[in-house]
This record gives sequence, structure tokens and C-alpha cells, in this order.
Amino acid sequence: MKLKWALLVSLTTLTAILAGCEPLMVLDPKGPMAARQASDIMLLIVLMSFIVIAVLVILAIVLFKYRASKMPEDYEPPHIEGNIWVEVICIGVPIIIVAFLSFVSIKSNYIVESAPTGYEEEPLVIYASSSDWKWHFSYPEQGIETVNYLYIPTNRPLEFKLYSYGPITSFWIPQLGGQKYAMADMVTTLHLAADEPGEMMGRNANFSGKGFTENTFNVTAMSQKDFDEWVEDVYKTADPITEEEFNKLLEPGHLGQMTFTGTHLDFSPAPEHNHGSDGDETEAEHDEHSSHDETNEESDHSGH
Amino acid sequence: MKLDHTQPLEYSTDQNQLNILGFWIFLGAEIMLFATLFTSYFIFEGRTGSGPTPAEIFEITPVLIETFVLLTSSFTIGLGVHAMRLGRKNAMLTFFGITLLLGLVFLGVEIYEFMHYYHVGATYQTSGFTAGLLTLLGTHGAHVTLGLFWGLFIILQVKKRGLTPENANKSFIFSLYWHFLDVVWIFIFSFVYLKGMM
Amino acid sequence: MEFFERFAVPHPSPMIYASMVAIGLVVIGIVFGITYFKKWGYLWREWFTTVDHKKIGIMYLISALLMLFRGGADAILMRLQLSSPDMEILDAQHYNEIFTTHGVVMIIFMAMPFIFAFMNLVVPLQIGARDVAFPRLNALSFWLFFAGAMLFNISFVVGGSPDAGWTSYFPLAGNDFSTSVGTNYYMIAIQISGIGSLMTGINMITTILKMRAPGMTLMKMPMFTWSAFIANVIIVFAFPVLTIALLMGTTDRLFATNFFTTTNGGMDMLWANFFWVWGHPEVYILILPAFGLYSEIISTFSSRNLYGYKSMVGSMVLISLLSFLVWTHHFFTMGQGALTNSIFSVTTMAIAVPTGVKIFNWLFTMYKGKIRFTVPMLYSIGFIPLFTVGGVTGVMLAMSAADYQFHNTMFLVAHFHNTIIPGVVFAMLAGLTYYWPKFFGFMLNEKIGKWSFWLLSVGFVLAFFPMYITGLDGQARRMYTYSEATGFGPLNLMSFFGAALMAIAFVTIVYNILYSIKNSPRNIGNDPWDARSLEWATHTPVPEYNFARLPQVASSEAYWDAKKNGHKLFTGELKDIHMPNNSGVPFIMGIIFFVAGFSFIFALWVPAVIALIGIFACMALRSFELDHGRHIHVKEIKEIESQYEGGAK
Repeated sequence: MKLKWALLVSLTTLTAILAGCEPLMVLDPKGPMAARQASDIMLLIVLMSFIVIAVLVILAIVLFKYRASKMPEDYEPPHIEGNIWVEVICIGVPIIIVAFLSFVSIKSNYIVESAPTGYEEEPLVIYASSSDWKWHFSYPEQGIETVNYLYIPTNRPLEFKLYSYGPITSFWIPQLGGQKYAMADMVTTLHLAADEPGEMMGRNANFSGKGFTENTFNVTAMSQKDFDEWVEDVYKTADPITEEEFNKLLEPGHLGQMTFTGTHLDFSPAPEHNHGSDGDETEAEHDEHSSHDETNEESDHSGH
Repeated sequence: MKLDHTQPLEYSTDQNQLNILGFWIFLGAEIMLFATLFTSYFIFEGRTGSGPTPAEIFEITPVLIETFVLLTSSFTIGLGVHAMRLGRKNAMLTFFGITLLLGLVFLGVEIYEFMHYYHVGATYQTSGFTAGLLTLLGTHGAHVTLGLFWGLFIILQVKKRGLTPENANKSFIFSLYWHFLDVVWIFIFSFVYLKGMM
Repeated sequence: MEFFERFAVPHPSPMIYASMVAIGLVVIGIVFGITYFKKWGYLWREWFTTVDHKKIGIMYLISALLMLFRGGADAILMRLQLSSPDMEILDAQHYNEIFTTHGVVMIIFMAMPFIFAFMNLVVPLQIGARDVAFPRLNALSFWLFFAGAMLFNISFVVGGSPDAGWTSYFPLAGNDFSTSVGTNYYMIAIQISGIGSLMTGINMITTILKMRAPGMTLMKMPMFTWSAFIANVIIVFAFPVLTIALLMGTTDRLFATNFFTTTNGGMDMLWANFFWVWGHPEVYILILPAFGLYSEIISTFSSRNLYGYKSMVGSMVLISLLSFLVWTHHFFTMGQGALTNSIFSVTTMAIAVPTGVKIFNWLFTMYKGKIRFTVPMLYSIGFIPLFTVGGVTGVMLAMSAADYQFHNTMFLVAHFHNTIIPGVVFAMLAGLTYYWPKFFGFMLNEKIGKWSFWLLSVGFVLAFFPMYITGLDGQARRMYTYSEATGFGPLNLMSFFGAALMAIAFVTIVYNILYSIKNSPRNIGNDPWDARSLEWATHTPVPEYNFARLPQVASSEAYWDAKKNGHKLFTGELKDIHMPNNSGVPFIMGIIFFVAGFSFIFALWVPAVIALIGIFACMALRSFELDHGRHIHVKEIKEIESQYEGGAK
């Protein structure tokens, strides 16, 4: 009974979602990283559904076949210790599944952690820093800074340098690819790219206090030509950013979208430590890794 | 109370055996506690911010005194437990007393050491490094302080009630605790001071 | 006046004022009631000073149920706030406080005491012991847990609740971004109850290693005892890490140290690492005893021995080892790079293998059995498919590249509720129903129990399955509201209905208890479920000394042996039984710890120092105390035994 219910409910919701509504954001990728993640997720959903269904079927059969009401009064269940071959299968099948998924997982890890391939141009570097509860985007190449909105060219790799002027935040544009943390004492790197023009939602996904919910930004992907035009436009209309002005922006609160020429990197540079990009192994990164190893060691103690 | 005379006095009752096993498990937890402290110290070692580095504040003399005193105390408490097993109450009390005196000296030198750090500008608030260092040393020092009181209580009880299985059990467990603190100190000496001064 | 301002709630609302009044009235009511019925003496003698593992277990049980309702109220408020777009029942600050306390209360003050309740109630009986190894320490563990729980709960009305999430990541939880005392409550309340948990761990391990009945080798222990043993080993190794992390967090907040700050060499990520080095084993501390309970229940109601005993034990050992090697999967997105993420991705997925083995073993235990659909069995059957869903979504999250999309979303929230509710909560309710007759002498009503189960299961599915979908649609966790344009509305409304059904289910459970107290028959014998292990071999309700004679054991199902194969459990003469004395010191220490904790939270140094001295005075007192316990003489035992049906065994 309960199984039918569970199945029914999940199936109806699933069909309702798949049939009626728009596709789920994460499963509607607009760039190569999100596409890789979406295909991994679909693979997982299919594979995992099989496992759940298999368990459900076995359970249903066992419950139906061996329910007490069907058994004769004097039926005495046998004593069965276990069977080595049955257990080998029970261990072997999960191991095969896990090994396969590990293979996929490792491959995907290296893909999402390196610059997307197949593009001719050099990556566009954008510094994305968060403060309570805003996002600041600096384009050092173009000498432009925006607040709470992000314009990006399509068909060009994007390299986001992330850090925070406050609590840990997480930079997330679901349709371009998964998130990464922005922290105060180091820079993390996130590789993304957009394949088609359009508007997207971006947000901080990591809880960062009172204004967390509204800590979002708009992402607009456009052709390189439109992007260049926008840059020119900014130079015509926007004011230069000053240190004083920037410090005012950092104060806790919410702001609308803003545009400046120049970037805050000149007077308020990003933290020195680099972390997490396979491309540029710095000394700082070595430090980080060794610290992880030590924690590792400690958990080894606990294993004994 | 059932006494099992084939065992040493501290193991001679069921409850005594439980106490000793329980204390070993407690020491397991303590190992994790100090392992965590060491881990964080290693992480913070190089993170001195605007404060001093390890090499700038460590002084060899007090550390050597502390090490010598604590190692000796570990030896004397071993003698104390040996005397206890031979049933020589006065010898045991003497060795336990010496142990505690050495512990007191250790603590005194450590307080001097902390004051030195304070004077050279390495306070608890200065940097990640000083916080990590003083928490590690402070936790060990707090253990020693607790041990001094505990040891004193045991001496008083042995004096008053003699070498009962209960007291023998307490004394033995206390000696485990004291040896453990000594082992932790050897790690502190090697991986904090020697490493930091090199 | 200035002195008292610190106790004011920084973000008051009518709801908080109403709670203050309600709490005040309830306290007055309880005190008045106890005084009026002259029950203070009874409470002091029978409960506050008790060292009996059964009574301590019952106190854990009651506390856990109370906390379940506290955490449940938080949950309902959250679901209500999110039930439709742009709701204004809670503002951001209150929502943040509520999800923080919901998480802490449910994990530390609900799930933990629930498993401690069953460990206390069942383990000594299953191994044929008269009590735990250190009964007095056991009482202290309980009172420390209770002091921590009470301390955490008053944060709501005195000084303000913590609001940095149950994970309290720094620097958000540091002084710069969390200015109220809320996070002090978090640090210190968890610290106090954590010390209690650690002592329980030491106590239980010693008990299980040293106090088993004659003939019970390690591989003849019932499965719940095995699971309790492994969970306690994890406790002993995991909790010290939390102790240090909390200590550092406390000094950062109270003494301005630089452990987790972002300046002067502080390292905010270290908190996340330490928290999860404890936090991941912690979830196995909760789930393993739950697995143990399911093993007992499934075996009993299939009338079959547990299939694959050895692989059950082996898989638990493996899970406990792996649990220390996966903590980084809680922050794949911190930027450790592909290599680190790959390693932790693989170790995490590896846990699916031993867990899968356990699922199959339960299925094979039912195979060729004679399955009775009682309430405990229903929970166990419901657990298998629902937990499988939780498990496979865990594998999905373990794929670190895909986790970049799942992390911090409702998908994650759905996943861990999907493991903890069918895994732990169902097990606790199953265990509650299963062991209720043993300790209270009457059964809970089956019909109402089945209603509770169905309401809870359907409510669970309705509440949490939609979150998988909204998570994939971009709904981040911990958002206090969302706009209509996001399209999250309908599914969140469904979640709210599910949560409401679950709330009704919990109310029916309480109703069931009250109904059964009044209406259930009392002469149920010592083995109402036709069960298999030692706890059912003694009388119902269990006498103070558990077993008049210590049982002789030859298999992991000693009582079944005795019933079906003519194994002689109780042989030999009655002897005097040695029992520990009651003591008020643990209770008093609990109070002093409460005072100390409260003083630290508000940086009141004079009472803090006085309280600390008080704690050491209690310890000194204990050192000098001569307490050899007492003996229950054969004559008394015979009298007690003859009161039970069938006389002495």
C-alpha cells in the first residue's frame, strides 16, 4: 500500500513537472559546464531509478509472498545463516555501480575544473566578489565594474575569480554551471562559458545572513559584438569608481544594478591566496593541500 | 566485594577492571582531542598575520626545564606505582609527592613562559598562530593543573584509608593519566618547539 | 538597567512575547502542580537522583519527544512561510533563527537523546547485565545533555536565538556578522551536551566489552548491541573534534582570538573542516543504532533469524571507518581542485556498498519468513524503500561535479531529510512502539499506531519529494521567501501539506500514548511480540536488577533458543545482587553546568568562575566519597520475583 502511494505521488509530481511546466533550470543548460553536469545528473537519475525500482520490486514480492496471513498456522520459518554467493552478488553489484560512477565522477571533475575546450579565444577573466548582500563584477580587461548584474559574451570561455568581502558566499548561475565558494582570504576559480544569448538567474547559494535571500544578480549572455558595444556604452555613460565610493558600496544592504568604469582591483586588490584552479598551482595552494592532508591523517587515527 | 588475588590490587575487583578499561577509552578520546589541537596548530603555524613567528618567541631554556621536569615526573610516578604493587605505602606516597612537586615546577615554568609570550607581544588575540599555540599549550597545562589536584586527593586518601583496592585503582589510573600527559608533551616538544626553533 | 539589556531579545516579535508568557506559565504550572500533589520527594528519589539505566533511558525518551515537538514547531513555521510566494509570516531574521534552531534541536537534542534512550534501555538487557559500567556517570551524561538542551531552548526568549545555520560557518558566525549572543548559545549548549555524549560513549563501550552475559562472545551479541557499540566508538573518536572546534569558536566570540576570523592569520575554512570531521561521523552515530533497531524488529516480525549476521557487522565496521574519510563532500565547492574532490567523491560513494549490503540482508531476512504487519514492522518496511531513495540521492550528491549544482539547494535538504526521517525517526518510532511494553507494561494501540505510520509516511513523501524538484529548479536552501515568477509556489505548498500531515501524525502518537495508558490491558507477559533476544527473557516491566539470575548464552538469539530449542537460560542459585546507590550529584552538576554555560554566554565572569569552582568541587567530592553501593538480598529478590506472574525464574 505505502509503496504504491509513494510511487503514485512521485510519478504524478514528476509527470506534472515534465509535462506542464518549463524545464528545470539545472536540466536546461546554456553552456558546456552545465551541459556536462546536466547529463551526469540525468544519467544518475536513470541509474538510481533502476536501483530504487529493483529494491521496491523485491520488497513487494517478499512482503506479498511471506505475509503471515497467507502462511499456514504451523509454518516455522527456517534458520538461514547466509549464503556466500548471495552475499558476493550483493556486494559485487553495488561495487560495479560505484566503480562506474567513480569513473564518471573523476572524469567530470577534471572537465568542470579546467577551462572549457573548443573555443578559439582566450578566456575572459571576470572578478566576482560578494559583499553583504551584493555582487561586484570587475572586468579588468575592459576596465569596467558592475554591481548585481553580469554581461557576458557567448562562445568565449569565462574565468571567474571569486572572493568575498564578508561571510562565505557561493557564486551560482544554474544554467551555466554549478557553484563555487567565494571566501575572504583567498581567490577561487570557476570556469564557465555560455553557448547561447539570453537572460539567466544568478545568485549566492550559500547562507550569508539576513539579506541572503535577495543576494541575486542578473546574467545576460550576448554575442561578442553586442558585448563590445555595451563596453563602449559604459565608457560613454558611467562614472569612474573611487575607493570612497566602493567602500560605501561594501556596507551591508541591498543595492540595485550599478555600472562604473575602472575596477576596484586597483585600490582594493583580491586576496593573495589562490585556490582550486588546476592551471595555476601557487605556493598558497600547496599550503592548503598540506593542511587537508593533516586533517586526513588525523582521521586515520580515528580509524583504528 | 569480591577480591581476585591473582590480579594486582588495582585490577582486583570487577569495578576496578571496568574503571581501567573505561579510562583507556577516555584516553583514546583524549588522543583525538590533542590530535585535533596539533592539526590546528600545524595549520596555524605559518599564519602569523602581523604578529611574531614561532622562531621569534620560543625560548629554549624554560622549554628544556619543562621537558626535563615532566619526563622525570613520569619516571617517579612509575616508581610510585611499583612501590604500590609491593605494598610499600610510604614509598609510594613519597614518589607520588615528588611527582606532584615536579608537576608544580612544570606549571610554574609554563606560567613564566606564557608571561614571556605576553611581554613579547604574542597574546591570545594576536594571530591565528598564537591562538593555536596557546590553546594547545593551555589545554595541556590545564590537564596538568587538574592532575595536580587529583593527585593530591589521591595522596590524602591513601594516607587516610591505606592501600585499599579502590585507592590502588585510583592511583594506577592517575598514573596512566600522568604518563599520557608526558607523551603529549614529548609531541609538543618535538613538533612545536624544536620544529619552530629550527 | 544597562546590565539587564543584554538579556533582551534583539529582534522581538509578538510570537516571541507570546512564547515568553507561555513558557513562564508552563513553568509556574509545573512547579505548582508538583507542589500541590506533593511529588517533589518522589521526583527527587525516583528520577533526579536515579542511576538506573532504565529510568535514565526513559528520561532521555521524554526529553527527545519534547524536543521533537520543539523542532517540529520550527519546521511547520518554515514550511508555512514558504508555502506560497512572498509570504510575510516570518521575516528574514526570524526565518534564519528558526532554521538554525530546527537543525540543532533535531540533531543534537532530539535524535541524539533518542538513540541514547534506546542504548540505555536496551543494551544492558540485551547483554544480560544489571546496569551500565558506570551508572553514576550515566546519570551525569543525561543531566549534562539536559542542561545543554534547556540552555539552548531558552535562547529563544533570553538574548536571542542563534541565526547562523546549524553548521554556523565562520566568519558568518563570528562577532563581525553575528553580533547577538545567539551563536554563544550554540557554541556552549552543544559543548555541554557534547561532553555528556562523550561520557556515554565511554560508558557504553566499557559496558559492552566487559559486562556481557556468560557465553556471549562478541559475535553472539544481538545486532542492536553491535550497532550501539560501533556508534559509541564513533562518538569517542568524533566528539573530541567538535569539542575543540566549539572551544575555538567560543574563544573567537568571547575572547576575540583569531581562529576562524579572516584577518591576522585566522582561517574560516578550518571551522567547516572540523565541523564536518565531526559532523559526518555524527550522522552515522545516529543511523547505525537505527539500523540495529531495524535488524531486531525485522527479524522478530519475520519470525526468522537475521540474515547475514557477519556481513551486517562487517558493513557497520566499514561504514564507521569510511565515515571519517568523507567529510570534504560537504564542501566540494570550496575549491580544493579536481584531485581532492575526486578522492572524496569515491570514498563517499563507497559507503553505498556496505549500506546496500544491509538493505539486501534485511530483504533476505524477510524471505521465507512469516511476516506480521505490526506497527514497528510497518515503520521498518516503510524505511527500506524510502531510505533507498535517500541513499541513492546521496550517491548523486557524491558525484562532485554534479554536486556543484545540488549543493546548497533544496535537493540537498530533501536528501538528508530523506535519510534522517525514514532512517532515524522511523527507527525511533518503531523502537518506541516495540520496546514500550517492556518498560511500561502495556502495549500501544495498534490501530492508532498504524494511522500514525500512514500519516507520517504520506506526509513525508509529500513534504520532501517536491524539494528534489525545486532544488533542481534553482531553489537555494535557507531562502526565507521567493517570488511568484520563480514557479516554486505549487511544490512548496505541497511540502507544507506534507509537513502538516506529519505534524498530525506526531499528535496521533501522543494521543496513542495517552489512549493506551487509559485503555490498554496490563497483563501482557514478558514477551508480547514473540521476540528473540535477551531483553524479552526478563519480566515486564523490568525489575530494578534486570535479571534475578544472570543468563547463560549460546547464540545471538538466546531467548529464541530458550523458547524453541530448550536452551536453559537461567541456572544456578539466587545470590545477593550488588546495585549502585542513587546520587543527587549528577543532577546538581547539571544545574551548575547550566549556570556556568549561561554565564559564559552572557560573559558574566563572576558567576562563571563560581560555577566552574562548583563543578570542580563536585568532582573533588566524588573523589573522596566512599560508595560501595548496596545489596539486594535473596529474600527480597524472592519477594519481588513472586509478585510477577509465574514466580521466580
